[in-house]
Amino acid sequence: MGYSAKFKVWRGDDEGGALEDFDVDVNEGEVVLDIVHRLQATQAPDLAVRWNCKAGKCGSCSAEVNGKPRLMCMTRMSTFDPAETITITPMRTFPVIRDLVTDVSYNYTKARMVPAFAPPADLEPGDYRMAQVDVERSQEFRKCIECFLCNNTCHAVRDHEDNKDGFSGPRFLMRIAELDMHPLDTVDRRDVAVEDHGLGYCNITKCCTEVCPEHIHITDNALIPLKERVADKKYDPLFSVSSLFRKATGRDKAPETPKG
Amino acid sequence: MATTGVDAPGRAQIGASTLRTDRWWIQPAFTFGVLTAFVVYSAWRVFSGQYYYASPYVSVYFSPCLATDCAEGALPGGPISWWWLSPALLTAWIPLTFRFSCYYYRKAYYRSFWMSPPACAVSEPHGKYTGERRLPLIMNNLHRYTFYLALLLNIMLTIDAVLAFRTPNDYQWGYVGVGTLILTANAVCLWFYTLSCHSCRNAVGGRITHFSKHPVRYKMWTVVSKLNAHHMMWAWISLGTVVLADFYVYLLASGRITDFVFFTV
Amino acid sequence: MTELERHSYDVIVIGAGGAGLRAAIEARENGKRVAIICKSLFGKAHTVMAEGGIAAAMGNVNSNDNWQVHFRDTMRGGKFLNSWRMAELHAKEAPQRVWELETYGALFDRTKDGKISQRNFGGHEYPRLAHVGDRSGLELIRTLQQKIVSLQQEDFRASGDYESHIRVFSELTITRLLTNEGHMAGAFGYHRETGDLVLFQSPAVVLATGGIGKTFKVTSGSWEYTGDGHALAMRAGATTVNMEFIQFHPTGMVWPPSVKGILVTESVRGDGGILTNSEGKRFMFDYIPDVFKEKYATTPEEGDRWYTDPDNNRRPPELLPRDEVARAINSEVKAGRGTPHGGVFLDVSSRLPADVIRKKLPSMYHQFKELADVDITAEPMEVGPTCHYVMGGVEVEPDTEETRLPGLFAAGEVAGGLHGSNRLGGNSLSDLLVFGRRAGLGASEYVDRVGGAAPAVTDEMIAEAEAEALAPFGVEGGENPYTIHSELQETMNDLVGIIRTESEMQEALAKIEGYKERIRSVGVQGGRAFNPGWHLALDLKNMLLVAEAVAKAALERQESRGGHTRDDYPAMSPEWRQVNLICRSTGDAVELTRQPLSPMRGDLLDLFEVSELSKYLTESELPKGEH
Ligand SMILES: Cc1cc2nc3c(=O)[nH]c(=O)nc-3n(C[C@H](O)[C@H](O)[C@H](O)COP(=O)(O)OP(=O)(O)OC[C@H]3O[C@@H](n4cnc5c(N)ncnc54)[C@H](O)[C@@H]3O)c2cc1C
Ligand code: SF4
Ligand code: SF4
Ligand code: FES
Ligand code: FES
Repeated sequence: MGYSAKFKVWRGDDEGGALEDFDVDVNEGEVVLDIVHRLQATQAPDLAVRWNCKAGKCGSCSAEVNGKPRLMCMTRMSTFDPAETITITPMRTFPVIRDLVTDVSYNYTKARMVPAFAPPADLEPGDYRMAQVDVERSQEFRKCIECFLCNNTCHAVRDHEDNKDGFSGPRFLMRIAELDMHPLDTVDRRDVAVEDHGLGYCNITKCCTEVCPEHIHITDNALIPLKERVADKKYDPLFSVSSLFRKATGRDKAPETPKG
Repeated sequence: MATTGVDAPGRAQIGASTLRTDRWWIQPAFTFGVLTAFVVYSAWRVFSGQYYYASPYVSVYFSPCLATDCAEGALPGGPISWWWLSPALLTAWIPLTFRFSCYYYRKAYYRSFWMSPPACAVSEPHGKYTGERRLPLIMNNLHRYTFYLALLLNIMLTIDAVLAFRTPNDYQWGYVGVGTLILTANAVCLWFYTLSCHSCRNAVGGRITHFSKHPVRYKMWTVVSKLNAHHMMWAWISLGTVVLADFYVYLLASGRITDFVFFTV
Repeated sequence: MTELERHSYDVIVIGAGGAGLRAAIEARENGKRVAIICKSLFGKAHTVMAEGGIAAAMGNVNSNDNWQVHFRDTMRGGKFLNSWRMAELHAKEAPQRVWELETYGALFDRTKDGKISQRNFGGHEYPRLAHVGDRSGLELIRTLQQKIVSLQQEDFRASGDYESHIRVFSELTITRLLTNEGHMAGAFGYHRETGDLVLFQSPAVVLATGGIGKTFKVTSGSWEYTGDGHALAMRAGATTVNMEFIQFHPTGMVWPPSVKGILVTESVRGDGGILTNSEGKRFMFDYIPDVFKEKYATTPEEGDRWYTDPDNNRRPPELLPRDEVARAINSEVKAGRGTPHGGVFLDVSSRLPADVIRKKLPSMYHQFKELADVDITAEPMEVGPTCHYVMGGVEVEPDTEETRLPGLFAAGEVAGGLHGSNRLGGNSLSDLLVFGRRAGLGASEYVDRVGGAAPAVTDEMIAEAEAEALAPFGVEGGENPYTIHSELQETMNDLVGIIRTESEMQEALAKIEGYKERIRSVGVQGGRAFNPGWHLALDLKNMLLVAEAVAKAALERQESRGGHTRDDYPAMSPEWRQVNLICRSTGDAVELTRQPLSPMRGDLLDLFEVSELSKYLTESELPKGEH
């Protein structure tokens, strides 16, 4: 049950470009990336596209299909009407390199700014003990395949190039939340989250969550809890007093529990 | 360099503010409509200062009623004698700030009122964006205080719902009218909304790193997390029940209808 | 012509999968300046796709486990063709390497007492695979990536430069290794983004380029799997060993066509999934080979009991080593008992409650839901064999991972030896860590030994490398590389696939000669910036060299063993077990030689019963006397 579909694919580079029209065959069970590959093999051998696994695992093939940020390898053609014209463009938040390929180095720069995991200095490899319930929250965030679709969609940088300096995007705020909830981490990253990574730019409008192909609850489980943890420290005198009190009375001091 | 939104220099020059082909504007438009209607209605009711007590029912907007000239029966009544405006204004700021700083409503109004962004991958019409880093929006970080106050308010509204099981005027226990059910439903929905709050989730257990050392709080966190997943739903439902509860009292108090009684002693 | 971009490092690591990253960490921790080079973005290497877990005898779930048991399982899995020294090092060091990951921040699933949880897998006697749901490879690569970032942060604090000791060059393809008088001198390549050419000078190179899957049509591998490392090594003068052994994973998706080959993790079976044919029969019970008779359940009832009581029951035959299961599926389909789309059924829906399936196998659930519209909690999957892993690879010294070419090291899937004729699931990720580290260490020690500076790279060498890389642009109206590639894939799949015969392999070799001819006239359109046609034209040369090595070795080995099954020589032969097949490149062809295996050390031999050894070894190799 193949048919011929109409495509518009953005082609160009940082000096300009345009949507180009293609008619291309579509077979049963195919995904958008298959169509792009067919274009390469038959009509446009130099059409640039980034991909690796074609199984939704590596997060390379991020692009925008009919204006929606998606993984091309996980977007089934059967979700479109055969009569529909399907538009594919590169991610619009990052500088374009060529055709569907963008320069995502922003993300790697931000990743390098997150203070690394810091276990207790005297804990030997093999002696790490963590309960499943204590690792589960961070494990959810570690499902991230770094497709950067969330950072691409977040309006704080998508619509405001000038915010890129101060804002690391949901992916790396989530990374901070992940480390903050890690049961054996010893560093408090709450100030860094606000000052270096711009937690306050996020207005919890949840677009990151909407586009995440791993279905991670970025906003509800990482960003809002991180905002709350920051509020514990920075905006909540009541809580600060009570935790000071608990520290003073030694109630909060299990030796192997660096945090909370 | 001046930025030009989603078509900033270096990016693919696509030109359209969005290429989405679905009807993405329906949701913000709907939210805009409903929230506006709610604000207009509430403002009217709160400023009007009348028709808020119809024995045994009190309107949610007017409880607790703190002015000396409160309608008889609206509790606790009394301490503030110098107040000359609508008594609702003494307390209505609590639910107002609670909802205004609620993480869900923030999303709703940032999207539908401020269009920041109107929908995902649809560009916003602002040249500059600073998020919640400055006054006044940085105040939204104080949401937890409004949550504490909202808890107190919920206790009051629960008392109101309980008191609605008394007969009109002579206040004998053993009465169920339509209003009783509405007030009870409203109180229940408000509890669901309030307890599913993100600040609540953090307070009961979210801020702990080692759940395994705090089994009771972990359990509480698990329960609140389950509720929290439906926080948006409770936000809307309770918004509806608030209006319903008030409007029913208004209809009774203004004499437009009389209560339908299921049971009375 | 712009100035050639030049870099110089103590060690360059080609490949940013598990092996490459672990090697880079080790070299940096030994004070070396390291370049990490990869074809895709940092953190996207093929290792992310691994699902099941990392095999390491930590004994967290069953305390009977130890390195000796792991060693035995690995040797049995590889049918004793393994480099026994590598298998020994691997079994001994894997636990330490896994624990190390926790110090880098990895979060494995936990046991009740807070240790790393371990799961069952085919061929492993005890639950042994450290895992995170079914995304263990992602955890491994992300952890190593984040460790590298943390080292860069340390370097930044010390020197003010994040890249003072480790620099990652992503989307850069190496096209040639440069040698000077038989010693490693550097590597040459191009930036995929711009097409600009780059020269790296370095006395030591670690190859960690992964596998060769893209030479086959149905494969679980990604586009990166073009056998670059194997080809680069052979062309530079190193050797490969036992390239005929290719693992066909028994369970790849078979439908829809565009996802054919994508892996269905073995954990589905480890967690209780069963294989049935179109008649509803659990057919694996008919396919237990003699060498494994005592170890596997003979009835479904016993097999089912094993999941809850492994000490008193034998495991179900669904968990036989992969080669056995793949052949069994192949036979069922050939006998007409396959599913509508030419596979067999793999069912967990009738075995586990839906929520448990979603919890234990989240990515499988997701993968089938999104790609095939199949709800695996409600219906069976259709699966069939897919080309998954190459056991053969660059020949290395077991302790240092140095190849036959001084200064060139290899680790991970690109290296050969550890897995013998068949790899056990989970043994690859541990391989990456154990031998990645050793390669990084070996390279560092080599640099110390030779005194740091790289041998000279002459202008002539550069000119030659440039000409080679740019050749496809000079061809007017040449042949489309995509066409040759798909023909090659078809040839390998059909003629050098799961079941092989002499005539078919000869036919394949003839066809490969034809492709070699045609590839000279491959042309590409467009410019050099991110031009996939050009990239493929260059990769294709590597695939052809590798395909030739595989086909020649497969033709030579006249027996069936592990990932090499000959229709015309169906038996396993103790004589052939003594033989390694070595390939080297003679410029335009592959030259094959036989090389004897070194005899296993006595104390290792003693870990086995003589009765078992006698199934694999010749009479004269068996230990005498005291048993
Ligand atoms: C779907 C799937 C599931 C698997 N599951 C498991 C499992 O559960 N357990 C297990 O143990 N094993 C598993 N494996 C096998 C295992 O994942 C791989 O064998 C292993 O990840 C290979 O790692 P590597 O470090 O050798 O190379 P890779 O991770 O493949 O990395 C190769 C690197 O080399 C780079 N490279 C290649 N050529 C060049 C070049 N010319 N120039 C520059 N860079 C180059 C690539 O860009 C890449 O960075 C699985 C494999 C697949 C396909
Ligand atoms: S929720 Fe916050 S981080 Fe996520 S897209 Fe919205 S503004 Fe960006
Ligand atoms: S959080 Fe989700 S959307 Fe963001 S990079 Fe990770 S996988 Fe992609
Ligand atoms: S290609 Fe890997 S996620 Fe699409
Ligand atoms: S009430 Fe909505 S988050 Fe607190």
